[in-house]
Amino acid sequence: MKKKVSEHLIKFLELENIDTVFGYPGAATMPLYEALRNSDINHILVRNEQSAGHMASGYARAKDTVGVCIVTSGPGATNLITGIATAYMDSIPLVIITGQVDSKSIGTDMFQEADIVGSTEPFTKHNFLVKKAEDLPKFVKEAFYLANTGRKGPVLIDLPVDIQKELIDLDYPETVDIRGYKPTYEGNIRQIKKAVKLINSSKSPLVCIGGGIASSNSRDELEEFIEKTKIPVACSLMGVDSFDNSSKYFAGLLGSHGYPYVNRALNKADLLVVIGARLADRTTSRYSFNENQSIIHIDIDPAEIGKTIKTHIPIVGDAKNVLESLNTYDFNPDWENWSDKIFQERQDYFKKALNLNININKTNPCLVVKEISDLLKDKSILTADVGQNQIWATHFYNASKSRKFFTSGGLGTMGYSLPAAIGSKIANPGSTVVAMTGEGGIQMLIGELAVLREHNLDLKVVVFNNASLGMVREMQEKIYGDECHFSTAIKFNPDFMKLTEAYDIRGVQITNNEEIKAKIKEAFSKKGPCIIECKVDPNFPTLPTKIKKLEKNINISA
Amino acid sequence: MKGERHVLAILVENYSGTLSKVAGLFTRRGYNIDSLNVAETMDQKTSRITVSVTGDEEILEQITKQLNKLVNVIKITDLTCKKSIQRELMFIKVSSTLETRNEIIQMTNVFKGKTVNISQKSITIELTGDEEKNNAFIELVKPYGVIELVRTGLTAIERS
Repeated sequence: MKKKVSEHLIKFLELENIDTVFGYPGAATMPLYEALRNSDINHILVRNEQSAGHMASGYARAKDTVGVCIVTSGPGATNLITGIATAYMDSIPLVIITGQVDSKSIGTDMFQEADIVGSTEPFTKHNFLVKKAEDLPKFVKEAFYLANTGRKGPVLIDLPVDIQKELIDLDYPETVDIRGYKPTYEGNIRQIKKAVKLINSSKSPLVCIGGGIASSNSRDELEEFIEKTKIPVACSLMGVDSFDNSSKYFAGLLGSHGYPYVNRALNKADLLVVIGARLADRTTSRYSFNENQSIIHIDIDPAEIGKTIKTHIPIVGDAKNVLESLNTYDFNPDWENWSDKIFQERQDYFKKALNLNININKTNPCLVVKEISDLLKDKSILTADVGQNQIWATHFYNASKSRKFFTSGGLGTMGYSLPAAIGSKIANPGSTVVAMTGEGGIQMLIGELAVLREHNLDLKVVVFNNASLGMVREMQEKIYGDECHFSTAIKFNPDFMKLTEAYDIRGVQITNNEEIKAKIKEAFSKKGPCIIECKVDPNFPTLPTKIKKLEKNINISA
Repeated sequence: MKGERHVLAILVENYSGTLSKVAGLFTRRGYNIDSLNVAETMDQKTSRITVSVTGDEEILEQITKQLNKLVNVIKITDLTCKKSIQRELMFIKVSSTLETRNEIIQMTNVFKGKTVNISQKSITIELTGDEEKNNAFIELVKPYGVIELVRTGLTAIERS
């Protein structure tokens, strides 16, 4: 039956089981929004298009599906670029539909025209400009397939507004076959056998995990692998929710904000088993390759293997499949001393951080995270922003299951946590969702508080307010000297409690450690949105070197 | 960039934007393209992009892996490692006078080139060959004065 292309597109989304889209309307998406109005798909109106990308990302991560956003041409599309790039760096499956000016006018610098296909080439797994209505079904089918298979990622479809209005008969294809795209899922069995041999001949192995475990849903397989091999597990920011943080085999976060014992282990290990991690600079900043070390690298993307670090046994495949086949072999671990030592050092460091009080009139953010983590246990999802709050959250939140901790690991996009939390909550209404951010991060996309209130979501936003762009301030002080911070001490911040009134959201303020338990209980006792502002001293650090330095000068209260 | 010259034959699906995706990838990842040419193959749905790049093995491996990730890239062949025939076409416009015209035409004949245009002050030559031959010819006619030079860049095919 002949229908408008816009109606076909919405129908195709329904056929892909999409029940929610995130977007912002505009002139170039008018026909699409008219079709949306007449469909059962739930549309969440964001307050800035960038957030549509982050919400769709939170939604996709929490629900293990593809997140969809729809925005208009020109500024709508360019605003979204940061959202797309954030998802691209973390391999999050999104399908993005952008309206475009009339196909006949493309290239004439029309009102609200932007070459979004050209601009997003570096940040999308693939993108399409629809030039003929007949191509749409194939493009949409391929977009969903590309986004959610192989190494996942965002795919963009740019759809001119005149094509949206065309009346045409279109069928949605049932199958998809792309000549140039055939991801490898099964690991090569000879390589796997070699890996088993290498693991068994090792003395001090370390497993390094990244986002690939969550992406392939292989937390259980990893757990089995670690039970069998008893190898300590270190992680990147993307791998935090892929292993039980309270396990005696959990070593912790690697890299620039990891504690020294983890990075020492990374350097001292005679074998690294890297699974679904791309070993980017932030993870390996305190690592130098040494000749005595062997590396097994398991990744679905062959281009990640050998990109930054020389690999001895590359295994291209889906982490779940590869771990499943590794688990069929026998292992004879004899590195108990090695893993026990790492575990012991971890305990020491955590005790130090939790007991670090540099100002008794302010809160220790680590205690706040721990309190929330203990309170919520397995019912929660936590999103962390970028900056110091991200590091505190990463260290002290124990995700009980996979897909429970989301942060912008690769691009480091400030503002991610609030929209991502909203997306996660909509995907997973039964979960308690917490966004953890700073007063800098929340102000990046603060307009989304309106979305929170509009949908009355049971979501708590923790704002660590240290009147500082703390992470950069800390780096400035580390590199240029203690007094040499510039533009990172914030001279004016809004009164967050008044802001909660303006948004008609509940507000709770925690000013010191004594209040943490009661105030958190109070905040979580009632359903609905709530902002928890924690006053933090600007000198409270994330860098282990700084913690060490402070230890010497300040009495640590036990 | 250090390393040797490689000629990559990239078979791609013929969609608008594919060339830009391939070329953009080189820019983005910091690889230099020495030459590039593209045209349809026998199958209208595919095109062949022939790129010559300089780099060591590690860089080549990364380029190939990254190119393979592009959805519209079907196949990449490194023709340097295989037996292949490589050619480029060039037009070269050389200053010439009545006295030098014959010399230049003779040299062109030795190089199996074609004289495609002659004017009072210049002579235009079409020459096909591998890069080395074309470079040698350029050196040879340099003393007469090269007014303009246009090269297509390498195209190549595997020997059967």
